Amino acid sequence: MQSNLVTEDKQKNKLEKSFEILKTMASKPSGLIGLTIVLFHVVLALISPYIAPYDYKAISPNTMLLAPSAEHWFGTDSLGRDVFTRTILGGRTALTVTFFGSLIALLWGGLLGIFCGLVGGKIDDVVMRVVDAFLSIPWILAMLLIVSLLGTSTEVLIPALGFFYGKGIVRVARAATHDVIAKDFIVSARARGHSNMSIIWNEIIPNVRDAILVEGAMRWSWMLLGFSSLSFLGFGVSPPTPDWGLMISNARGLMSFAYWSVIAPIVGLSSLIIGINLTADAFAKALGIDRSTKAPV
Amino acid sequence: MNEIIESVKNLSIGFNSQKGKQISILRNVSTNIKKGETVGIVGESGSGKSTLALAMMGYIKQGLFPLKGECLFKSEDLLKMSSRQLEKIRGRKIAMIPQNAGQALTPNLKIGYQIDEALRLHTDLNKTERDKKISELLNKVRLPSPETMAFRYPHELSGGQQQRVAVAMALAGKPDLLLLDEPTTGLDVTTQAHVLELLRFIAKDTGTSMIYVSHDLGAIAQVSDRIVVMYAGEIVLEGPARKILKEPIHPYTYGLLKSIPKLSLAGLPASMPGSQPQPGSINEGCSFYDRCNLATDHCKKNSPDLEHIKELDTNVRCFNHKELINQNNNLQTSITKKSNNSEAIEVLKLKDVSISYAKQKFFDQLLNKISDQNPTVKDINIDIKKGETIALVGESGSGKSTILKSIAGLLKTKDGQIKFENDRLLSSDLKMRNPNDLRAIQLIFQNPDESLNPNHTVEQILSQPLKLYFNLSGEELKKNIIDLLKKVRLGEFYMSRYPRQLSGGEKQRVAVARAFAAKPDIILCDEVTSALDVSVQAAVLNILQQLKEDLGTTYVFVSHDLAVVRAISDRVAVLYQGRLCEIGPSQNVYKFPSHPYTEVLLGAVLEPDPDIKPKLVAEDIVEEKPPEKGCSFQGRCPRKIGDICNLEVPPWQIGENGNAIRCHINIDELASLQQ
Ligand SMILES: Nc1ncnc2c1ncn2[C@@H]1O[C@H](COP(=O)(O)OP(=O)(O)OP(=O)(O)O)[C@@H](O)[C@H]1O
Ligand code: SF4
Ligand code: SF4
Ligand SMILES: [Mg+2]
Repeated sequence: MQSNLVTEDKQKNKLEKSFEILKTMASKPSGLIGLTIVLFHVVLALISPYIAPYDYKAISPNTMLLAPSAEHWFGTDSLGRDVFTRTILGGRTALTVTFFGSLIALLWGGLLGIFCGLVGGKIDDVVMRVVDAFLSIPWILAMLLIVSLLGTSTEVLIPALGFFYGKGIVRVARAATHDVIAKDFIVSARARGHSNMSIIWNEIIPNVRDAILVEGAMRWSWMLLGFSSLSFLGFGVSPPTPDWGLMISNARGLMSFAYWSVIAPIVGLSSLIIGINLTADAFAKALGIDRSTKAPV
Repeated sequence: MNEIIESVKNLSIGFNSQKGKQISILRNVSTNIKKGETVGIVGESGSGKSTLALAMMGYIKQGLFPLKGECLFKSEDLLKMSSRQLEKIRGRKIAMIPQNAGQALTPNLKIGYQIDEALRLHTDLNKTERDKKISELLNKVRLPSPETMAFRYPHELSGGQQQRVAVAMALAGKPDLLLLDEPTTGLDVTTQAHVLELLRFIAKDTGTSMIYVSHDLGAIAQVSDRIVVMYAGEIVLEGPARKILKEPIHPYTYGLLKSIPKLSLAGLPASMPGSQPQPGSINEGCSFYDRCNLATDHCKKNSPDLEHIKELDTNVRCFNHKELINQNNNLQTSITKKSNNSEAIEVLKLKDVSISYAKQKFFDQLLNKISDQNPTVKDINIDIKKGETIALVGESGSGKSTILKSIAGLLKTKDGQIKFENDRLLSSDLKMRNPNDLRAIQLIFQNPDESLNPNHTVEQILSQPLKLYFNLSGEELKKNIIDLLKKVRLGEFYMSRYPRQLSGGEKQRVAVARAFAAKPDIILCDEVTSALDVSVQAAVLNILQQLKEDLGTTYVFVSHDLAVVRAISDRVAVLYQGRLCEIGPSQNVYKFPSHPYTEVLLGAVLEPDPDIKPKLVAEDIVEEKPPEKGCSFQGRCPRKIGDICNLEVPPWQIGENGNAIRCHINIDELASLQQ
């Protein structure tokens, strides 16, 4: 009973802390804008199947390339499909794939980074060399190879994207761990005789978590761009799945006379990327992490 | 002579809090700097001293803004100038030396080039004139062999020499006013004394006015003509240095002076309760009210103004300052320690301990031995008795922390033995020690910011050792935590705080509580008070002493501060380059005869008294490595007698007072030399 109380207390503390962080993020205009955009996209992704006015794959020769109107807010595409429907559902695809992709990236990148930072020495050297070697392969070529071997289902795309975007997280996690293990509180825990697992769990993870999360958020927006590029090139999700990259690629030839079919997905994609970027920046600032010196890889 | 060159008038500086409130961190500050005068601004961290100093060169840190008032430099307001106008003044008319100026030198540029750059920027001299000026400047800051010095890189200089280069660069533009923000903090005692001596000389020689900002009254006392004492963003006392230091008529300054340990006094300094209020937390009344022992109800509601006392030529901000005028003879007292009844039992023995940082060669690794003819720490023999406080003193790099780490099992010894109670051998490898031995020896670190996990609450921090060693949980755990907090005089409500929500002194007390949670026999204290403000340092020292008297714990206390060591320790061991020089009961180590190195250290101590000047007997060069043969101090010893010092390790000699000295000079002769 008593210990229950203690944990409850802690949870409340954590909730409060998260709320505080959100509040700080929203206190600056850029953070507020970012949060609003992301929230907007997430809500839209969640409710889009219920509010979509048309069937996203219903082809209709009668309604080809209609300009925006009361019936078709964003007009229709070359196959007569409603662009509004496809845009809001496209956000759902992009968010799902990249969200789970980022999660995978965080997990393997974070754990490997912490491990390397902790053991140091030869093992660290070797692992980092390997990671660097992977970093130097143009990821898009590697993705093409994977996709052409295994197909373009989300079951393939999510782990593949997660793998490629985890490399940067390894570096950040490793550097953060390196900084932390030199601190006296780790020395103190070692001198007391705590086990390695207990040191990783209690002392290291809470102190590198923030840096890794921020990096993960940044990677998320890059992954979004990557994922859409793949679709654009025809190596992402396959038609008729509603997807921004695909939509842009299909409609780009019609730009000059049916601009509406390409504007909507572009606005959707770029606003989400900007939104996530702004949010990640505000998140970093709220946690007191300076990202300004790091260039995206 | 009495020309005023900079005058601050009613200056307030503040920031907007997250809740949109305006919070001032400097309130109504007014002061004048005269030509050729050195003014010391003293205050603890957070008192606003650096903010004031920066404003005096027209610089306001980001996020802060002036609320009212002005900074007049030669009757022009610096705070109203454009950045173009300020550029003309900074470096040329007002120069600044920040805290780690020495380390801020560009690492890949030669010293001469960097000074030349400053000259090009701030003067109109041509190349040949500049070259002449460079060696002139290097001469002025008394760097050895200025001709070759110009061609060296910063990393080839010692910390003190780097600081001298920074001074030379600041002097390049021939400034009228030199601002120094903690210019000697972080330097070794001897180096610090040398740099201060240089600054004093430069002030006299060039007639430059100086503003010297520091938390250290000892350093301030050495250089200042006038002293300004800041507290919580206000000037609380201002006047001639001698008057401020000898007859402080503000309770804060009085308390501050009493809380500084002094060489001449054994026993602990009196501590001041509480800590400085956070900016914005005082709404009415005197800002020192919470900590003041002269406070009356009147002070709670009314804020005192700065009042000029004519006889003392002093400004003071206190209603009851008259009560202090007659009290000042009490300044030279301290709290007597309970004489330690250290039983003759030895709890810890270091026998011929040597420690090396040398990289092991592959072959040695196989044989698991370390071959290093000249290890960092060598031949340490110390027997530590139960219940005593033994101090290890020496400059940076003398191996103090290294020895502590080995005792704690964090660093393998090369040779020798560490023996615990009943002559039981302790492995120098942590993993080989049994849990009870790990519990019995605890560490407290210098910087509580680093030694407390910033993501843990005080409760989590203190429960770690309790869970690990005693398997406590639930109600019992909580009771123990509250007990521990009480021991270090912190209330129960601290449990849910994070380290960042505590002041420096509070953090260090949590660290002390964590060490005591293990119910240890021995606590290793590594510079535990050097990151703290003096008024807080005294409180932590008193708590440590109290706990020791109650629980019979043994302390191994590492410090570079001889006055602190004098206050807390029963026995002192002096180290130079990882070799013992002298060891003995503390009252005797502080008396003559001393080892020549102890003499140098004692001479360099800065006392908060303008009449006690440091005696600079040895050069402040820094040695990279201990010498291979002979006496460890041969490179800097002012009393060196000849080749014997270079060739033979000096023998131990025991003085009649019971202190042992390792020197080739006969101990009686040393005594007469040092009289
Ligand atoms: N990890 C390390 N690797 C190599 N050399 C080291 C290491 N740590 C310390 N040293 C060297 O060992 C010597 C003793 O260092 P130590 O930290 O014990 O000194 P200290 O007396 O505690 O100094 P301070 O007052 O600066 O804390 C120094 O010359 C230092 O440069
Ligand atoms: S005014 Fe009152 S509270 Fe303030 S310092 Fe003087 S006696 Fe103390
Ligand atoms: S042995 Fe020689 S060098 Fe060493 S302290 Fe004595 S006099 Fe100085
Ligand atoms: Mg040290």
